[in-house]
Amino acid sequence: MTTQTTTPLVELRDIRVAFGGVHAVDGVTVNLFPGEVVAVVGGNGAGKTTLIKTLSGAHKADSGKIFVNGELAHIETPRDAKEYNIETIYQTLALAENIDAPANMFLGRELRTNWGTLDDRAMENASRTVMGRLNPRFENFKVPVQSLSGGQRQSVAIARAVHFNAKILIMDEPTAALGPAETEQVNDLIQQLKAEGIGIFLISHDIHDVFDLADRISVMAQGKLVGTVNKDEVTKDEVLAMIIMGKMPGEATQDELEHFHD
Amino acid sequence: MTNAPVEAPEQTELMDPGNGPGGSFADAIRAMEIDTRMLGMIGALLIIWIGFQFWSGGGSWSEGTFLSARNLWNLSVQTAAVGIMATGMVLVIVTRNIDLSVGSMLAVLGMAMAMLQAEILPDYLGFDSPWIWIISLAAGIIMGAVLGAFQGAIIAYVGVPSFIVTLGGLLVWRGAAWMMASGRTIAPMDATFQLLGGGARGTIGYTWSWIVGILACAGIVFLLINGRRQRIRFGFKLRPRWADYTIGGVSIVVVLGAIAYLNSYLLPPRLAEQRGGGDIPFGLANPVLIAIGVVLVMTFVATRLRFGRYVYAIGGNPEAAELAGIKTRATIIKTFALMGILVGIGAAVQVARLNAAVSGLGQLTELYVIAAAVIGGTSLTGGVGTIPGAMLGALVMQSLQSGMALVGVETAAQDIAVGVVLVLAVALDTVYRRRASA
Repeated sequence: MTTQTTTPLVELRDIRVAFGGVHAVDGVTVNLFPGEVVAVVGGNGAGKTTLIKTLSGAHKADSGKIFVNGELAHIETPRDAKEYNIETIYQTLALAENIDAPANMFLGRELRTNWGTLDDRAMENASRTVMGRLNPRFENFKVPVQSLSGGQRQSVAIARAVHFNAKILIMDEPTAALGPAETEQVNDLIQQLKAEGIGIFLISHDIHDVFDLADRISVMAQGKLVGTVNKDEVTKDEVLAMIIMGKMPGEATQDELEHFHD
Repeated sequence: MTNAPVEAPEQTELMDPGNGPGGSFADAIRAMEIDTRMLGMIGALLIIWIGFQFWSGGGSWSEGTFLSARNLWNLSVQTAAVGIMATGMVLVIVTRNIDLSVGSMLAVLGMAMAMLQAEILPDYLGFDSPWIWIISLAAGIIMGAVLGAFQGAIIAYVGVPSFIVTLGGLLVWRGAAWMMASGRTIAPMDATFQLLGGGARGTIGYTWSWIVGILACAGIVFLLINGRRQRIRFGFKLRPRWADYTIGGVSIVVVLGAIAYLNSYLLPPRLAEQRGGGDIPFGLANPVLIAIGVVLVMTFVATRLRFGRYVYAIGGNPEAAELAGIKTRATIIKTFALMGILVGIGAAVQVARLNAAVSGLGQLTELYVIAAAVIGGTSLTGGVGTIPGAMLGALVMQSLQSGMALVGVETAAQDIAVGVVLVLAVALDTVYRRRASA
């Protein structure tokens, strides 16, 4: 799928995060190459969201290193992550519901006039440009995002990432809140972004989505990395065995795999 | 990305039919894009005013005194201080916080300003120095910013809920105000400082009142024209021409009418005599002018500056604001510091008006300020609220109180009425919002 000879776009090396005495993430190493989708999967509480939060700056790792383009990166806040062109689309659609789409797109990075005031006109124009590419039917630029549909809100979140030239995109359950048709559109968009050379970490527990979109699959269980496999070399059952039993392909017996179909 | 029905392209509606209103009253309101909540408040205000006019005249309109120039002039001055502080309370509440320390902080700041000008500065500068009022006012405002920022820092960095921090502040500052002067009354104030409080001399007089009124009208016309130009430029739906004319016309009539009315309130003959006799109109009072300035500045801060945008974003979704890279803690501190600055201004107006500072200054003021903001449409769940709304809320509150005082309702009953109106206003609003979202 990808040429493993080049430097990874990003590498999380030996990341550890503990909450109290519980190791939410325990020595996990994953990496991502340009134009690649790496799915991070696992059951509830497997630590996938916590792992990825250390990359987006929402949570500080207790130990471990993050490399961006082979260089050690210091990411402690969401602002730091954005400096490295790491953009995150959260499961909870991290939008301020009471303000409009352009204001959300530029939240924290507002365009300003020479007077230091908000340049709403420029922000709206930029929003229209990006949205024209992503979702040409989007027209509601002047209303609070709370009155938009789930899909429209998700396009605002994605437009934000795209406008700010994301090189590394983290999508945490991007389609969890969406209907089937909207999910389809998000999936199309992921293909489009991937073709543009953006590396995407996709967090999901929908095994079908994962097989549709991912190039490689990193499986986590109880805070540890079970393993990373190429999608083309495994079956869905084998990935399920990794998620549920923590067994790598080949380790699980045929009987155990059959068990998933009971 | 969506299956939601997309509205018809708005460009097609760019053509302005230019017809008269037609249709129902509700259609007309919709076409004028007037916020129904704002309209409701104006309606409530009119009912209160008309009601008290009849009541104060013993059932006769012509004998009523509530709508007399004198009473409305007093009402405008009384509204100013609470209104000034309510604009800051809007931003505090929008960030999902509350400030209960406003009244006590007003006492501390008022006391500090009073002691500076009455007891401390004259020793160094002499009694007549023009610097006295400037230094006192600046000290009060800076102190307000510092005290506010201090409370904000505890809320933002230590994570103590604002309710608790400012409840503590309510007690601490009240005690501090007493200790500063051992409970004494500090008076009198510097002659220039007194002008901040209004009163017979603290007004801008006939000519300047008209100039302010005409500037306000020019501002209204500019905003309407500019708004229309922007809409044409971006192909948005235009407000029909008649709606623009109606809004502009009504606003200008209200502004000029208010100025004319305030200018018809003349100085009592005895005071006029001292200033050369003849008819000397009051015109706009200084505190009212200050309040208008505060509304303009705070509206600018809330809608045109990054800080204001962050305040609303934090109120809408604190987590999203944090993830977007906003320095939410610094924003909270700034919000409380701004509240403190406005309390400083409010304190100056109050102390100047009373021409004295007492340790009981500003008691219960926090509740009136919060009530003004809430009646003005600020939602305690955060993210929603406007500056002009809060000023209108303050006017509604003050109209009720001053009306009841005028007709001789006893203080205890006044408190009951104000409390009931507060709950009623929010209840109506809650029901309305639930309907609107259903």
